[in-house]
Amino acid sequence: MTGNDWPLWEVFVRSKGGLAHRHVGSVHAPDAELALAHARDTYTRRQEGVSLWVVPSAEIVASDPDQAGELFEPAASKIYRHPTFYDIPDEVKHI
Amino acid sequence: MMATITVDPRTDLLLRLGDDALVLGQRLSEWCGHGPVLEVDISLANLALDQIGQATLLLGEAAEDGNGDRLAFHRDVLDFKNCLLVEQPNGDFAQTIARHLLYTTWQHLLLQRLTQSSDKFLSEFAHKAVKEVAYHVELARDWTVRLGDGTDESARRMAEGLEWNWRFVPELFEVDDVLQAAIDAGNAPDPRVFEDEYRAAIGAVLAEAHLEVPADQRPILGGRRGHHSEHLGHLLAVMQFLPRTYPQAAW
Repeated sequence: MTGNDWPLWEVFVRSKGGLAHRHVGSVHAPDAELALAHARDTYTRRQEGVSLWVVPSAEIVASDPDQAGELFEPAASKIYRHPTFYDIPDEVKHI
Repeated sequence: MMATITVDPRTDLLLRLGDDALVLGQRLSEWCGHGPVLEVDISLANLALDQIGQATLLLGEAAEDGNGDRLAFHRDVLDFKNCLLVEQPNGDFAQTIARHLLYTTWQHLLLQRLTQSSDKFLSEFAHKAVKEVAYHVELARDWTVRLGDGTDESARRMAEGLEWNWRFVPELFEVDDVLQAAIDAGNAPDPRVFEDEYRAAIGAVLAEAHLEVPADQRPILGGRRGHHSEHLGHLLAVMQFLPRTYPQAAW
């Protein structure tokens, strides 16, 4: 079993209404419609989701790992950007 | 111990639909680990599990003691009431898809009407199963179109798969005295009512797939009365081996 001649698709699942789609993995499929079917059969068999996105993996634009230092390290010393100095009411979920 | 076979029309209906689902589920499960690609392997296993889940409900209701396993594993081939279509061998992937398109399109039209059954169990069963089977029809359609409208080889294999299974379609619309009694009681829909709709639906899929509708062949009937092709015996031998050899085996 290979499937190497089929393009790769990244799969995003919305686990319930109101939440964002989250990346869960990838599937091979010949086209978008079957990519959705494969994503449904592979990643939502146990009630994991209420909505699916599939995106051709080749369309994902990724940051360069060699630039990780200049892109991400400067944020480490700026704790005042975190909203940790506020009290969040218990009723507010998913923040 | 052999299970008791009854001719009560309701029980017979449960056995027909339950055996269809059981045998089709067992057939599909033969693909497990052998699918053309990993994703398709998982798809086929999901379809198999849906059908086996439906069989569990139907045979559990058919068994006087509620023990559907006894009906599944301790009946002989002559006591099975499934249609001949579902017991046909998998062949290649295209032949499996052809069988699934031809059976689940019928199953879906039946379940849509079975939701209106006067029988509470059958109505509730149909409400649950009709959504599962709607997906089966969609997936079978998607693959039929892609194989039929794919390469020369995939189109040839899809046409051969349809040709193999086509002679078993008329049995799906056969109404014998036992089914007629279930229809008269309001338990079962009359399949002849949706035969035109069925043929139109299959015709539309094949047109989109650029495939010819196969020429009608001499129909082969008899599955509902226990007259099966040689293939079912082999399927049951594999499926029933363990519980018959080790009757005390438990999960």
